[in-house]
Amino acid sequence: MGALLEAWGRIAAIAVKELRQLGRDRLTFGMVVGIPLLQILIFGYSINFDVRNIEAAVVDQARTSGSRALVRQLEATQVLHVTRQYGSPLELERAIDAGEVSVGIYVPPDFERRRLEDGRPAAQILVDGSEPTIEGVVRALAGAPQPLRAGASAFPARPIEVRTLYNPEKRTAVQIVPALIGVILNMTMVIFTAIAIVRERERGNLELLITTPVRSAELMAGKLLPYIGVGLIQTTLILLVGQWLFDVPVVGGVLDLYAAAALFIAATLMLGLLISTIAQTQFQAVQLSFFTMLPSILLSGFMFPFDGMPRAAQLIAQVLPLTHFVDLVRGVVLRGAPLASMPLPLLKLAAFFAIALVLAAVRFRKRLD
Amino acid sequence: MNDAIAIRARGLTRRFGHLTAVDRVDLDIPRAQIYGFLGPNGSGKSTTIRMLCGLLRPTSGSVSVLGTDVLREPEKLRRKLGYMTQKFSLWEDLTVGENLEFIARIYGIGREARGARIAARLEEYRLADRVKQRAGTMSGGQKQRLALAAATLHEPELLLLDEPTSAVDPQSRRDFWESLFQLVHRGTTILVSTHYMDEAERCHRLAILDTGRLAAEGTPQALAAAIDATVIEVEADDIEAARRALAAVAGLKSVAQLGTRLHALLERKIADPLGSVTHALRDLRTPARVELARPTLEDVFVAVTLEEAAAKRRPAA
Repeated sequence: MGALLEAWGRIAAIAVKELRQLGRDRLTFGMVVGIPLLQILIFGYSINFDVRNIEAAVVDQARTSGSRALVRQLEATQVLHVTRQYGSPLELERAIDAGEVSVGIYVPPDFERRRLEDGRPAAQILVDGSEPTIEGVVRALAGAPQPLRAGASAFPARPIEVRTLYNPEKRTAVQIVPALIGVILNMTMVIFTAIAIVRERERGNLELLITTPVRSAELMAGKLLPYIGVGLIQTTLILLVGQWLFDVPVVGGVLDLYAAAALFIAATLMLGLLISTIAQTQFQAVQLSFFTMLPSILLSGFMFPFDGMPRAAQLIAQVLPLTHFVDLVRGVVLRGAPLASMPLPLLKLAAFFAIALVLAAVRFRKRLD
Repeated sequence: MNDAIAIRARGLTRRFGHLTAVDRVDLDIPRAQIYGFLGPNGSGKSTTIRMLCGLLRPTSGSVSVLGTDVLREPEKLRRKLGYMTQKFSLWEDLTVGENLEFIARIYGIGREARGARIAARLEEYRLADRVKQRAGTMSGGQKQRLALAAATLHEPELLLLDEPTSAVDPQSRRDFWESLFQLVHRGTTILVSTHYMDEAERCHRLAILDTGRLAAEGTPQALAAAIDATVIEVEADDIEAARRALAAVAGLKSVAQLGTRLHALLERKIADPLGSVTHALRDLRTPARVELARPTLEDVFVAVTLEEAAAKRRPAA
C-alpha cells in the first residue's frame, strides 16, 4: 500500500510537471486549441462529398419521346445539369476531353429498339474518369433500378429515388465532424507523447531522471495522464464547434462518446510513446508520427468507405486505432448506438493499447545503452 | 565489505563497438572524501561515472557502491545516490522552485519535510531570491548551484559529479568547491571528474585516467612525490629559443610552458639534470635561470600519460 502510494506520488509529480511545461510552451499549447479549431473549420467547410449539378452534355440521335424522358429523368435527380446539346458522339467526346463538361449522355438512333431487347444497353453515359467522386456518383446513378422496362410506355411519376439513412439531408459535415474528433486527436496526441520522451532525452533531462527512483512505468503513466485530459478537452471543443457551426447533433449518449474517446486517446498516446522509444531526435519522432497519420486518415473509413477498399488496405486499417474509433464514434453520435452494442471495435482499441504498452515498456529501459 | 570504502570496482571495462572507453579499471574510493577523476576529454571519466550509478552496463567487471551491487539492485541504490550530469539536466522551462519541488516529490520527500528541505537548499546555495525565476534564464554558476541543490535534496550518501564546473566562471568554481567541502564534512562521499589541475589539487585522492586506463592513483601529494621524472624549471627571455635548445638534452621526456617559464621533465636516471640543462642552454643570448622544481600535478599528469602512451607502443607484455 505504501509502495503504491509512493508510486502514485511520483506519477502525480511527473503529470504536474508535464502540465506546467505544456502551459509554458506556447506553440504546444496552441496545438491543443488551434489545431482542432483550424481542422474543423477546414474540413467542415471545404470537404464536400455531396455531388450536385454536374455539368452534362446530351447527344440525342433517337429524338423520341422516350429518349427525351430519359434525359429529363436524369436531370430530375439534380445530380446532372444538362447545359449543352451536340449532334454527334464525336463532338461529345471532344467536349469532355476539353473539360467543358464532365458527363455526356449519348442516346443512339436505335434507342427504342434497344430498349425492347433485354440485356443491351439502350443509352450510354460517358464520364470523365479523372474525377473519382463524379465517376462514382454517376455510376451509382446508372446502376439505380432502371425504370425503363421493356414495353413500358410511361415512366414512374417520381425519378430514381435514393434513400439515405441516418443523414437524410446527405450533408457531409454530419459524417465528417464526429470522425474528425478521431482524426484531430490522432494528429495531436501521437505527436505530444512521441516528442515527450525524446525531448527529455535530447535536453539531457532523461539522464537525470534515470538516476532517480522513478520507474519506467511511472514515467510513462505520468506522461500519459495529462494528455488524456488534453484530448478530452479537444473532443469537447470539436463537438461544440460541430454543433454550433455545422449543426451536427449528438444522438447517442455523451458519456458513451467520452468513454470511447478516452480509450482512443490512450491508444494513440501509447503509439506516441512507442514512437518516442524508437526515435532518437524530436525530428525523427515527428516524422514517424506523420508516417502513421496518413494511412490513418486514408484507410480508417474517415474519407473513403471502408467496404470499397482492397483487402490489403482493410487489413492495414485494422491495425490503426482510428479505424475502430471512427466505427465507434459514428455509431454513438449518428446512430445513437450504446457503446455496449459495439464490443468488437472497443476490444480492438484496448488490444492496440495493451500491445503498444508492452512494446514501449520493453523498449524503454532505465539505462542509456 | 569494508565500511570505509564507498565504491569498489574490479576490472571495470566498457566497450562501444571497437572502442574501449574504460579498460580494466580497479577503484577503491573511501567514504567521506572528495575523490577526483582527472583526465582529458575522452579518457573515460564520464563512462566510468555512468557505470558507477547504473546508467551504463559494464562490458565486464564488477562494481559495488555503498555495499550494493549496482548491476543487481540498481533501484535500491537510487535513493542513496546523487548525480549531477555534465550538461545542465534540470528543466529550463520550469522555475527554480518548481524544479526542486519536482525532484523532492520524485524522491518521495513527504509534504512536511519538503518545504523545509527546499528552503534550506535555497538558502544554502543562495537561490532564495530566484525561486520564481525560470532555470533556463540563469547564469552558468546559478544553474550549477541549482543542480547541486537538486542533487543533494534527498541527502544522498554518495554524490557523483561529472565535470560540474565546466561551464562556470572561476569565482563560482571556488564557491562550488567550498560547498563540496561542507558536504564532505557532513559525511557525504563525493566523486568528481575534472580536467582542471587546480580542482584536482583540492581532492583528497585522485585517479588519473588516460584513454580509458587508470594511469595513476593516490593523494595529490603522493602522486607528486612518486613522479618518475625530474622537473627542471627554466626561465628565459627568448622562451622559444630555450625550448629549441632543450630538445638536445639527453633523457628529456617533455617540455611544457607555464607562463614565462618552461617545465622540462627529465628521466630520473640522468645523473646531473641541472648541469645538462644548463649546458644545453649555454648558447642563449641572455642567460637562462635554471633550477630544480617541485613537481606540480600537471607535471605528474604529463609524466603518467607519457608513460601510458609509451606502454601502448610497446608490444603487450
